[in-house]
Amino acid sequence: MPAGTLYRGREGMWSWVAHRVTGVLIFFFLFVHVLDTALVRVSPEAYDDVVATYKNPVVALLEYGLVAAILFHALNGLRVIAVDFWSKGPRYQKQMLWTAVGIWIVLMVGALYPVLGHAARQVFGS
Amino acid sequence: MSTNNTVAEETTAIGPVEGESLYDADFPAPLIEAPRKRTAKTPKSTRGNFEMAAWLFMRLSGVVLVVLVIGHLIIQLVLDGGVSKIGFAFVAGRWASPFWQVWDLLMLWLAMLHGGNGLRTVINDYAERATTRLWLKGLLYTATVFTILLGSLVIFTFDPNIR
Ligand code: HEM
Ligand code: HEM
Repeated sequence: MPAGTLYRGREGMWSWVAHRVTGVLIFFFLFVHVLDTALVRVSPEAYDDVVATYKNPVVALLEYGLVAAILFHALNGLRVIAVDFWSKGPRYQKQMLWTAVGIWIVLMVGALYPVLGHAARQVFGS
Repeated sequence: MSTNNTVAEETTAIGPVEGESLYDADFPAPLIEAPRKRTAKTPKSTRGNFEMAAWLFMRLSGVVLVVLVIGHLIIQLVLDGGVSKIGFAFVAGRWASPFWQVWDLLMLWLAMLHGGNGLRTVINDYAERATTRLWLKGLLYTATVFTILLGSLVIFTFDPNIR
């Protein structure tokens, strides 16, 4: 890494790092995702075989991670937009970051059952 | 307490100016042009506004993507049994509707262009050698164009009776 990429080191920098890391992760996911969806043009069996792996409990954890990345990137992205376009945005950037993190935690708790429920039933029986 | 008292009580920190002003309504002060003001003499920019358009696109596409991607995730992972229901038949049912075709197409284009432009920024930040940057960006643009074309093709040519 070039020297001097660590600046200030406070909330603003770490939210920027997290925004960048999640953005890159989502991009790579989407690349693979379009490839796997393209299997519907090969045959129904080919598509269903690949999608079957998505229902695996370990992959369910990855899906939960993907949801975490998207929700953080989306909420923090809206904060970045507010900082840039709302006249009071820069002044409240820190409060908006903690609001975004709060909403993120609530949504992640809410996603636990829908995203991981089927995996839990498979691992712990019924 | 001290001589500062008089100053502190005034609303401005600037004290009275001694003597008379050189200027009045008949002899106004000369106008000093703001530094870096764009005038007729400023040379035309040769760079265009690409970076500004890219910056604006990141924000506009971001707002739209919130709706498209989070809606997509709710449909695929939460509603109707979550991920367990997904299969060829499910996709066939969804792409029978032009509404979801347009939704997916828009999501594909916006997310790939947004993510591709974001990665361009990341490459510019970390790849210090010009040749490294060139190769990485070449790879990035190839992958982005390929993914957009493949995804669009799949939506437009989807055939529920493929077998
Ligand atoms: C869900 C809605 C989304 C919102 C609100 C959003 C918002 C933003 C914003 C405002 C930026 C610019 C940040 C800056 O200039 O500092 C950005 C950067 C970025 N986004 Fe998104 N985005 C979203 C979805 C996505 C998706 C789906 C992808 C991947 C395909 C993605 C990948 C990226 C990348 C790679 C960057 C560059 C990060 C950087 O330069 O540090 N974003 N996003
Ligand atoms: C694990 C979570 C996800 C699941 C289970 C999932 C599932 C699916 C399914 C079943 C389709 C087929 C068409 C349809 O039903 O609409 C599809 C298409 C699509 N998804 Fe996802 N998706 C997920 C996450 C995402 C994310 C995060 C993005 C965006 C960043 C995304 C973008 C797309 C796009 C662009 C298409 C159209 C693909 C094409 O044109 O061939 N998906 N997804």
